[in-house]
Amino acid sequence: MAVRVRIPVLMRNLTGGESQVTAEGRTVAEVFSDLDRRFPGVKERVYDEEGKLRRFINVYVNEKDIREMQGEETPLADGDEVAIVPAIAGGGPKDRSSASIDR
Amino acid sequence: MFAFTEDEIVRYSRHILLPEVGGVGQQKLKEARVLIVGAGGLGSPAAFYLAAAGIGTIGIVDDDVVDLSNLQRQILHRTQDVGTPKVESARRALEDLNPGVKVVPYRFRLDAGNVMDLIREYDVIVDGVDNFATRYLLNDACVMAGKPLVDAGILRWDGLVMTIRPGEGPCYRCVFPEPPPPGAIPSCQEAGIIGAIAGIMGTIQALETVKLILGVGETLTGRLLVVDALEGRFRQVTARRDPGCPVCGENPTITQLVEYDLACDIRGNGAGDRTAAAGGAAN
Repeated sequence: MAVRVRIPVLMRNLTGGESQVTAEGRTVAEVFSDLDRRFPGVKERVYDEEGKLRRFINVYVNEKDIREMQGEETPLADGDEVAIVPAIAGGGPKDRSSASIDR
Repeated sequence: MFAFTEDEIVRYSRHILLPEVGGVGQQKLKEARVLIVGAGGLGSPAAFYLAAAGIGTIGIVDDDVVDLSNLQRQILHRTQDVGTPKVESARRALEDLNPGVKVVPYRFRLDAGNVMDLIREYDVIVDGVDNFATRYLLNDACVMAGKPLVDAGILRWDGLVMTIRPGEGPCYRCVFPEPPPPGAIPSCQEAGIIGAIAGIMGTIQALETVKLILGVGETLTGRLLVVDALEGRFRQVTARRDPGCPVCGENPTITQLVEYDLACDIRGNGAGDRTAAAGGAAN
């Protein structure tokens, strides 16, 4: 099964800057394995040390949370879209120390 | 009858023309009290549009002072405001725009000890904070107090926004059960942020707030809007209430406010290293 995978900005350094890649797999887990073969480091980003999906990273298949389906075993069909969406917290006031980056 | 002056009728005429607003809706906006947490990238556009819309009382929480590096996106503040408290700079900007709005500055950091007293005074809360610890604290407090919370986060070219209506849809913890460990997700100061994404997301927050107050349309409740500005894409994903959610689920385990000790601020090289290892955002 060939599916499209949306890569969040924070993981695009792994995919050479690509925001969307195609991957093979019958399930979400297989797609992550395929991605990790081609873009080493993907699994480390999405799985924790115990091999579970990180709790601050959500995975959606065709806009539906895989936790509402069969998790990583959620079956995929040709042309499905898998989106990886990490929590982000920015937006606020404090970046005084960014001055140290700017320097 | 409505208590509008002639100037107010003119000022809000383009609102009043809308069937979803009208005089009744404009009066609701005038009577509304909105708390904006953070006078930064998100809080700036949100506050501007809410003040322009005639929200009667706008509270703004921020303990920081304006820095030169803020001005690329935090449009409440001007070059000459560098070094002044953000809440004061914000008050000046909003009162200049609309003298009919009462701006209440709170120059302190939101914490577990003050959040409940603060949000009690307000109808809608807008989350424009820059860190996960305050984000989860605000979510938990709003769930406990039954206050609607319009949440958004931005980083680099990406934005997320959702409206949390306790009891009616998922809370932030239903969607993201736990905050990431320190360093896993970089902050704006580490990873950068394109100014205009703050404008888009903060403006959506203002729009959600206005809809909540008017009781019109459909809010982003049970839906997460994901914006990829680099690609020019808006997508939405569904979000459900989690019956096992520790704060809004059937048997909540979080019944008292807790504050995570998460450092999103740069903590020297260690944090940078962790970022590179876990979040990979360094470059």
